[in-house]
Amino acid sequence: MGKRTVIPFGPQHPVLPEPVHLDLVMEDERVVEAIPRIGFIHRGLEKLVEKKDYMQFVYVTERICGICSFGHSLGYSQTIETLMGIEVPKRAEYLRVIWHELSRIHSHLLWLGLTADGFGYESLFMHCWRLRERVLDIFEQTTGGRVILSATNVGGVNRDIPDAELAGICTVLDGMETDYRQLSGAFLGDSSVNNRLRGVGVLTKEDALDLCIVGPFQRASGVSEDIRLLGLGAYGDLADFVPVIGDEGDCYARVKVRIEEVLQSIAIIKELASKIPDGPIMEQVKGNPEAGREATSRLEQPRGECFYFARGNGTKFLDRMRIRTPTSQNLAGMTKILQGIDLADVPMVILTIDPCISCTER
Amino acid sequence: MGFFKLGTMTLKGAFGKPVTRMYPQVKREPFAYTKGHVVCDIEACISCGICERTCPTHAIKVDKADRTWSIHPFDCIQCSSCVRVCPKQCLTMDNRYTSASTAKQMHLYRKHPLSKAEIEEQAKRDAERAERIAKAKAAAAGKKATGA
Ligand code: SF4
Ligand code: SF4
Repeated sequence: MGKRTVIPFGPQHPVLPEPVHLDLVMEDERVVEAIPRIGFIHRGLEKLVEKKDYMQFVYVTERICGICSFGHSLGYSQTIETLMGIEVPKRAEYLRVIWHELSRIHSHLLWLGLTADGFGYESLFMHCWRLRERVLDIFEQTTGGRVILSATNVGGVNRDIPDAELAGICTVLDGMETDYRQLSGAFLGDSSVNNRLRGVGVLTKEDALDLCIVGPFQRASGVSEDIRLLGLGAYGDLADFVPVIGDEGDCYARVKVRIEEVLQSIAIIKELASKIPDGPIMEQVKGNPEAGREATSRLEQPRGECFYFARGNGTKFLDRMRIRTPTSQNLAGMTKILQGIDLADVPMVILTIDPCISCTER
Repeated sequence: MGFFKLGTMTLKGAFGKPVTRMYPQVKREPFAYTKGHVVCDIEACISCGICERTCPTHAIKVDKADRTWSIHPFDCIQCSSCVRVCPKQCLTMDNRYTSASTAKQMHLYRKHPLSKAEIEEQAKRDAERAERIAKAKAAAAGKKATGA
């Protein structure tokens, strides 16, 4: 056994957009163990339910994370609607899913760009972010915000997308798809990318199940699980939904799964835009959540399953709000696959699980 | 497998129109619905204070006596809640962002100063209202007494 060295990785590191710290225990060039430390950006947002009423809190949940922003407001709204027994109008459900899938596209494109940047392919990074800009423009056009949308609220959505605008969105997505296919060709077919990703950081299916990994990380290891399969909201009206699965469990499979998920999201948006019913978009919300009543809800965020729990106390403030975010699950898998890899591969492995530290620490 | 997979895209980038703008010479036009900043049509405002109570960040202050409506642009998160709840529809979300500011201060809207006649009319209305309330209270008390 060689001499062991500890190399600190983060919280400030070029490949990490967010602060997470890892102590990498090294033996020569090999990582023997990775000890994560989080808590650099804990903001105590769950505690804030005591200060903001349940209608205002949706704007707090949106700010848990800038990338899954819409997803969090949607998950929170769903939870409160279950808690108070509110029936959301059909059109609102469709619009929510359309925005949520757009968020997935923007999240995955952002991540693809960061990954390309991580393995030193700068032009690929810029092309990814250039495409992402079109999604942000759609957001701005339809909700008024580019990152924090404030589009959904308890009871429905705040703004309707007129049918003409929906058709416009589909046209933009069609244009994007052509460019995107070229980009994915570079990710999946370029030999330098392949050399960097193939066979690195393999997580087996058994490990994925043991460690309760969620999202694309889990699906890349061959586990067929996706909360969208539950058919909550407008997902239930999709003609067919089959999660994207990879089987190798390595960095390449994770990139591939996310690349295909973007195309899947585009298809979902187009399908829903063609089926969307007319009608109201907001249900009047009256009263307060009942004391002691509890509700939960699940949502497939871009990074995986997110779980929401809320308990009312009879006033307009909630008693408790709890969110279990995907990355807090996935960190366990990350430390597992970091064992035994080369130091030079560490950034790739960390990036390909798509960690979202803001979500993890809330 | 292969190299130069981004060929066409890169060539397009080299010879096509740039995707970025020469800001600040060329400015981007905001969309019609872009959330820029909240503006208040102060003369239509009835100082009911609903916007103040709804605002999640307490950015709005309504002062009925002083006849002012003010907003802290640094606290406002452009959620549009106030715009949606205002009973007089006197708040609107402008689609332009505010320009950079050097000081953190409230943005104050003040109603026109009251003329003498208006003050008198207001006093008259207040007196009438007080009378109405007193009457209603007396009636309620009477009802209670007979009921009990
Ligand atoms: S809700 Fe409208 S009318 Fe009432 S105080 Fe605010 S701006 Fe004025
Ligand atoms: S837009 Fe939202 S944050 Fe801004 S003043 Fe209105 S209610 Fe407050």
